[in-house]
Amino acid sequence: MAETAIQLRHGSSIGQPLTRRDGPLKVTGAATYAADNNPPGLLHAALAVSTVARGRVASLDVAAARAHPGVAEVITPANRPPLAADPDEKTGPFSFRQELLQNDTVRYAGQPIAIVVAETLEAATEGARLLAPRYEAEPVLAELDGPDVFTPAAIGVGNAPNMQHGDAEAGLAAAESSIAATYDTPAQYHNAMEPHAVVAAWDGDRVTVDTPSQGLAFAVMRIAGIFGIPPENIHVRSPFLGGGFGSKGLISGPQLLGILAARMVGRPVKLVLPRAQMYGPVGHRAPTRQTLRLGTDSKGALTAISHHVRTASSRYDDFFEPAVGVTHSLYAAPAIETTTDAVRLDTGTPTFMRAPGEASGSIALESAMDEMAVALGMDPLEFRLRNYAEVDPASGKPFSSKALRECYAQGAARFGWAGRPIAPRSMRDENGLLVGWGMGTATFPALMFAAQARAVLRRDGSGVAETGAHDMGQGAWTALAQIAADSMGLDIDRIEFRAGDSRLPDAGIAGGSAHTATAGAALRSAGEEVVAKLAELAMSDERSPLFGAGNAGVVARNGRLLRRDDEARGESYESILARAGLEEIEGKGRGAADPAAQEHYSMHAHGAVFAEVKVDPELGQVRATRLVGAFAAGTVINPRLVNSQYLGGMIWGVSFALHEAAVVDPRSGRVMNANLAEYHVPVNADVPSIEAILVEEHDPHVNALGVKGVGEIGITGTAGAIANAVWHATGVRVRQFPVAIEALIADWPQS
Amino acid sequence: MNRFDYIRPATVAEAVTAASVPGSAFLAAGTNLLDLMKGGVVRPERLVDVSRLPGLDAVEALPDGAFRIGARVRNAELAHDRDFARRFPAVAEALLSGASAQLRNAATAGGNLLQRTRCAYFYDPASACNKREPGAGCDALGGENRLHAVLGWSESCIATHPSDFCVPLAALGAVVEIEGPGGRREVPLEEFHLLPGSTPERESVLSPGELVVALRLPAGADAFAAHSRYVKLRERTSYAFAVVSAAAMLRMEGGTIAEARLALGGVALKPWRAREAEAVLAGARPDAATFRRAAEAALEGAHPSGENGFKIELARRIAARALALAAAGTPERIPALPASPLAPVTGVALHG
Amino acid sequence: MSWSITLTVNGEPRHVELDDPRVTLLDLLRERLDLTGSKKGCDRGQCGACTVLLDGQRVNSCLALAVSHDGAEVVTIEGLARSGVLHPVQAAFIEHDAFQCGFCTPGQIMSAVGMIGEAQAGDDPERVRECMSGNLCRCGAYQGITEAVLDAQQRMGQDGWEEAA
Repeated sequence: MAETAIQLRHGSSIGQPLTRRDGPLKVTGAATYAADNNPPGLLHAALAVSTVARGRVASLDVAAARAHPGVAEVITPANRPPLAADPDEKTGPFSFRQELLQNDTVRYAGQPIAIVVAETLEAATEGARLLAPRYEAEPVLAELDGPDVFTPAAIGVGNAPNMQHGDAEAGLAAAESSIAATYDTPAQYHNAMEPHAVVAAWDGDRVTVDTPSQGLAFAVMRIAGIFGIPPENIHVRSPFLGGGFGSKGLISGPQLLGILAARMVGRPVKLVLPRAQMYGPVGHRAPTRQTLRLGTDSKGALTAISHHVRTASSRYDDFFEPAVGVTHSLYAAPAIETTTDAVRLDTGTPTFMRAPGEASGSIALESAMDEMAVALGMDPLEFRLRNYAEVDPASGKPFSSKALRECYAQGAARFGWAGRPIAPRSMRDENGLLVGWGMGTATFPALMFAAQARAVLRRDGSGVAETGAHDMGQGAWTALAQIAADSMGLDIDRIEFRAGDSRLPDAGIAGGSAHTATAGAALRSAGEEVVAKLAELAMSDERSPLFGAGNAGVVARNGRLLRRDDEARGESYESILARAGLEEIEGKGRGAADPAAQEHYSMHAHGAVFAEVKVDPELGQVRATRLVGAFAAGTVINPRLVNSQYLGGMIWGVSFALHEAAVVDPRSGRVMNANLAEYHVPVNADVPSIEAILVEEHDPHVNALGVKGVGEIGITGTAGAIANAVWHATGVRVRQFPVAIEALIADWPQS
Repeated sequence: MNRFDYIRPATVAEAVTAASVPGSAFLAAGTNLLDLMKGGVVRPERLVDVSRLPGLDAVEALPDGAFRIGARVRNAELAHDRDFARRFPAVAEALLSGASAQLRNAATAGGNLLQRTRCAYFYDPASACNKREPGAGCDALGGENRLHAVLGWSESCIATHPSDFCVPLAALGAVVEIEGPGGRREVPLEEFHLLPGSTPERESVLSPGELVVALRLPAGADAFAAHSRYVKLRERTSYAFAVVSAAAMLRMEGGTIAEARLALGGVALKPWRAREAEAVLAGARPDAATFRRAAEAALEGAHPSGENGFKIELARRIAARALALAAAGTPERIPALPASPLAPVTGVALHG
Repeated sequence: MSWSITLTVNGEPRHVELDDPRVTLLDLLRERLDLTGSKKGCDRGQCGACTVLLDGQRVNSCLALAVSHDGAEVVTIEGLARSGVLHPVQAAFIEHDAFQCGFCTPGQIMSAVGMIGEAQAGDDPERVRECMSGNLCRCGAYQGITEAVLDAQQRMGQDGWEEAA
């Protein structure tokens, strides 16, 4: 940032552990999620979805559905109105093919094949069942070791599938010690507590859409394209998301079908996905099979890391889990080689799921690091410190900031890591349960997208800050308001913060752990601009005590501008605006990455996670009994919320290591545990003790706010730490996740 | 959910008559039935609401020493009934290890007996399931079956019964009281559920219209109170169905086992009483070797129905664990994590 | 055919003419009585987001047929605060940051109120965790939830919130 004459005081709200500003709404049931909207004249829609994973729909008993009392319309490919765009057309890297009843083809189990609209939810739901589809099914591919392995053109969004730094094969050949291991991670489904839902109401060629969105502007553009209406005719409201985790980043097929149904029937329509229908058309984390090869010299310094990932996309579209990314920047090795290949399966297209790539890659890399430490007879923390990357190992760039050493130290101290026995199966608790301690390094790139914001100061001394930001639980309503308040020199209770609405300035996407940094930067620049305009008014007005402050500059604080060189001389916003005869004054701002900084620095948040597990020595039941994570992610806007983000991420790590997996029958391609009873996510009792340490880190380069993301890093490191703790408890190295009882008790000694 | 007629009879007799019409189903709390109906797994044409029938809601000690549980007593109510829990602590522990507090507040004792298997292929109307549609075949065979049966299964069906409650009840020789078109009858719980054989669609001895009105624990069943445990292996710490479970009860005399009861859950299409194991235990010393021998006897004849051979050894181990915990004595209070292998061992013999 | 039922919802008698016996208590609240605080996360009794107090007991309202509960007393999240004063559990959830996205929160809070009424967990955090395990939170706010429940329970004991009811 260029130094200007105007300097704002930061810190009055930023850094404070404020409680959530949306808290009272959320604890009273007054927070309105999409499905809570019941406009007059509402009809209910339900989807019929395919039970086969490949083939075509041969018949639907539309008459039976229509005969059900209350059914108003049945929409199938036969009568679906034309769309303005082909849902199979790819228009950009964030464009994915969707099933909008364009034909009778089935490309995965759970694909929408018809919509039933009815006067009641009960009628719509049963109407959809009465369609009793018949299929012409084809054989399916559902497993990673299928035929036709290929190298994708890109992984994630536009990343190269292969990366080579140095000669990894030579490094491995020259190594004194080496390990090679293969790890499997399963398909996972986001399972936000709030199912995807949409309430759509058309008025001519204008539409109002209540639907959860992590990317309002993307949603508007997609709706505009599909329905052939101008973006300004589309109003999307998403004040609260009941969790997103990536699955609400891009508007999904079912959400568009709800809008389509409303247009066709000419009445408002509500469509809420049943939980079982969330295992198909709204994305998932692809499975991976990863082979890590590590070599070290005699002192434990890495000579090479080779990381190969096999993953899968759908048969009809591309999204390849970028699981190799963590290996590029985490440990200092003179040679690093990563490769990705893939197969195509008869599933819905995978998508971004909390720490896409990083989560899967991290559990494999951290497990391999642990295996290497074991092979060396070294403490796993010491081994990581031995290979600490002072600069980004692959690119050679300096880090914009990196307090990982402090994370290791503070985390280890808090956990009590010192004195951990090297040998596995050497600790028991007072009840005879096996106890194991493991650790892992957490890492996540510090990203920035693009956002806009608007700030207004009003005659009464209050302010308005607005950006179409998304609060999916991370706390945008609070953290962004804190940033806005500081940038406008106002107490947070003096500003009205508006977000979650497509009519507000585009806040980009809530993803990549970049939303606070990006939308926050836009708010800050808008606030600065409006304060600068106000200061200009005052400094150029002879009647103002600030007249002529000029080069000395002014400070904005608590609704007043003060001369920097004499804070006794100041004037309130009200008074400046009143004298200027203005009702309000507006500033606009943008947030975006600084290309120069990105060119010069490698930017990542880091952390260290220490885990204790207890394992029943005979039965193999595992519990993650204690977790300590220490994370450094630049400036902390609100420590209360950041703490919660870390804890939530760490619980996802628990889930990754021990609990969640889609069970797919390879014969049918159907997810057989498409419910929350058997798709296990952790319950309260799974998390008896968890703690996050917010390690101080100052980053002058990453962005204007010094903020790195905190939403996803918690999964990384944690999942591996738990896997390593399971090994330490039992002596059994499980390489297929989540850790299954049968893997643990196989070949166990009788105890 | 399909459309249905809803009727709410005032008496047991009316309920039995109403439900004798083909296509009828009894509705109590509905915690399992509504789940199945929403999934299109069952489609009854008529629901006979028995949730308010008089006379089915008592928990009572009978003059002859037996103990009677009305069919619509809620799971939580029973588990927290002090007299009941003191006499039958393993039953209380099993109840509290099942489902969630919300479900336990609603689900009834009778309904618990009649809950359907969690076999994913049974729950998925697009899969072949002989239980759902006789003669359709069994997609669980050769499918995702790591948690399926290892005892008493057939080529027609390899599902398991999901109840926790029924496991200690079977061990204790509970009796099911039934009212039906033909009058009243009683069936030992051990014989109430049917193994699949070639007719997996027949899950219990109930005939159309027959209503479970009560469960009865026979006189003397509370003689095991001091040494009674239920242990349940799960894939998360709570709110999960059993991988395998075991209920063990011992009546100790001096330093030896005078009488033992053992039943397994999660291994078969019914709560599996292990009488061979009980015979091994009777008169033996309560040590690890004895428990292991008993556990091996309990799993005699077990064989995998798919990718689930590990469950056989797990079932042996959990049987031995339950016996060891029972021998250590019933804890004064049910552990914070009921039936969990991870709960601290708090066993203290209440009375000798 | 229609069924005429009367429920007491948050202290108010509500007469409902049901045209369809399939309506669950949850859908009745959300779609017909415009009480949308209770959430539908799974509709199968597997997540707890729909938890309400039914005749004083916490239950999954998605697995209760409305018609079967004629005459019942129902308390939902909307009925917990009194004259604008948050129930101690609600206040504690805010203070302990016991939620993120907030979707499971009404169910968590109703479950906590029910749990405190059951008086089985006492002040043992492990028992609270077990007793609150019927409410999934995908954001992972469990630590805050457990702390909030313990804190609120203690304050309710001190303040006599229940007696003031």
